[in-house]
Amino acid sequence: MAATTASSRNGHSSNPVGTARPRRTRSGAGSRPKPEEASLAGRVLKGIAGRVVSRVPAADLDERDPDYIRESLPRLWLLCSVWFRGEVRGLGNIPEEGAVLMVGNHSGGNITPDTGVFTLAFTAYFGVERRFHQLAHNLVLSMPQLGFLRKYGTVAASPQNAETALQAGAAVLVYPGGDHEVHRPSWNRHRIDFDGRKGWVRLALEHDVPIVPVVGIGGQETALFLSRGDHLARWLRLDRLLRLKVLPISLSLPWVLNVGDFLGHIPLPAKITVEALPAIDLREEFGPDPDVDEVYDHIVRLMQETLDALAAERRLPVLG
Amino acid sequence: MRVAASVDVSAPPGAVWEVITDPARYLHFMAGITRWEVVGDEPTGLGARYRMLMRVGSAEIGGLIEIVEWTPERDMAWTSVTGIDQRGRWRLRGTSTPNRTRVELRLSYGVAGSGLMGWAAERVAAPTVGRHLRRSLHQLKRQVEHEQLRRQAAERRSARGGAARARAS
Repeated sequence: MAATTASSRNGHSSNPVGTARPRRTRSGAGSRPKPEEASLAGRVLKGIAGRVVSRVPAADLDERDPDYIRESLPRLWLLCSVWFRGEVRGLGNIPEEGAVLMVGNHSGGNITPDTGVFTLAFTAYFGVERRFHQLAHNLVLSMPQLGFLRKYGTVAASPQNAETALQAGAAVLVYPGGDHEVHRPSWNRHRIDFDGRKGWVRLALEHDVPIVPVVGIGGQETALFLSRGDHLARWLRLDRLLRLKVLPISLSLPWVLNVGDFLGHIPLPAKITVEALPAIDLREEFGPDPDVDEVYDHIVRLMQETLDALAAERRLPVLG
Repeated sequence: MRVAASVDVSAPPGAVWEVITDPARYLHFMAGITRWEVVGDEPTGLGARYRMLMRVGSAEIGGLIEIVEWTPERDMAWTSVTGIDQRGRWRLRGTSTPNRTRVELRLSYGVAGSGLMGWAAERVAAPTVGRHLRRSLHQLKRQVEHEQLRRQAAERRSARGGAARARAS
């Protein structure tokens, strides 16, 4: 935590919008922020970043609370069954016990129904007694209203936390695409987009755990996602301050035009279907010393084929 | 939440009992059941444990159950050990018509401490659970009556064979 704070501070230059200035010559000198305004904006952003980073809880796997999960499953079931008409297939493909890395595609903006539908199905199927952890973005865990996620076993996405969970013999759910994939435009909804992030392959190899690809469809139909806003995020330096590489823009309820999606939104009742594919033992499939790029390409291709098949089953957006 | 269904089967209680006490047959006649596995050494009888799951809405719900009541050809009841709280009962009773059995299947389920939303979830799930129980009983009736007919036909065949052998001798 301290290291993250320090790096955020170091990464913050004395002139936070300075890099953006030379590109804005067309708008004229009058529209440029004055140095004192820029430093004020910088201080505000830095302050917010500091507050957020300080709120990210240290990963403590013991925060997972099976009693809480059990008592809250009926309301999660109600939401997933009635609102999202959730359907999860292939749970039998997940090894019955032991550590496993489940790798999913992520959809739905900051409200990700596929995670809820899958978590419910996994927990009901294997029981609340089975250790199950999900990796989430720092910002998600620092939101006060989402504190309950830690009781579900959600920990901040970092290699250390994933390692700790796998060493404890837990099933770990990771979404490599993260904020990049979750805010992709709705017209790219049937595309697996991990942005070339391969840390999960190395993680599975280091701990010699099987990978179960988990493919979901429907999440990107819960709003009309227009743009990731990655240029905007870079211009505002959110990537350095909050690890946010995107500032998404969407049309969603109740905001209509939703920039940032920081407060979430009311998702449309799109049908969510999730399919778990057969477990892949990397060394059995790719030899004793698998090539990370080959594994990545293979699994992403498998997931894309599954997503294409799920998309072909779907007749209408939202209705499913 | 308590859901129950019943059906009259044209067979003696023993024939029904034979089917409902065999864990290997549950996946064949129980609707919505996706898993019914023996856990432990006892496949049947008092204290036998099963891991069962029933598809309801967007999840497969159930857990580990244990047989807690066992009166042959009359009652078999179970209760949950892990998973959602549940209590189930097979109740077999003879009717005034010979070789006819009234079969009742009861299931109470819920999650203690789940509050108002849990109460609502139980009610939303009830029609699906009720439908599964009714379909299960109809499938059980069809299966038991079919086996009963085959058994009676086999008895008639062997009786005819016996009579023919007696005439020949």
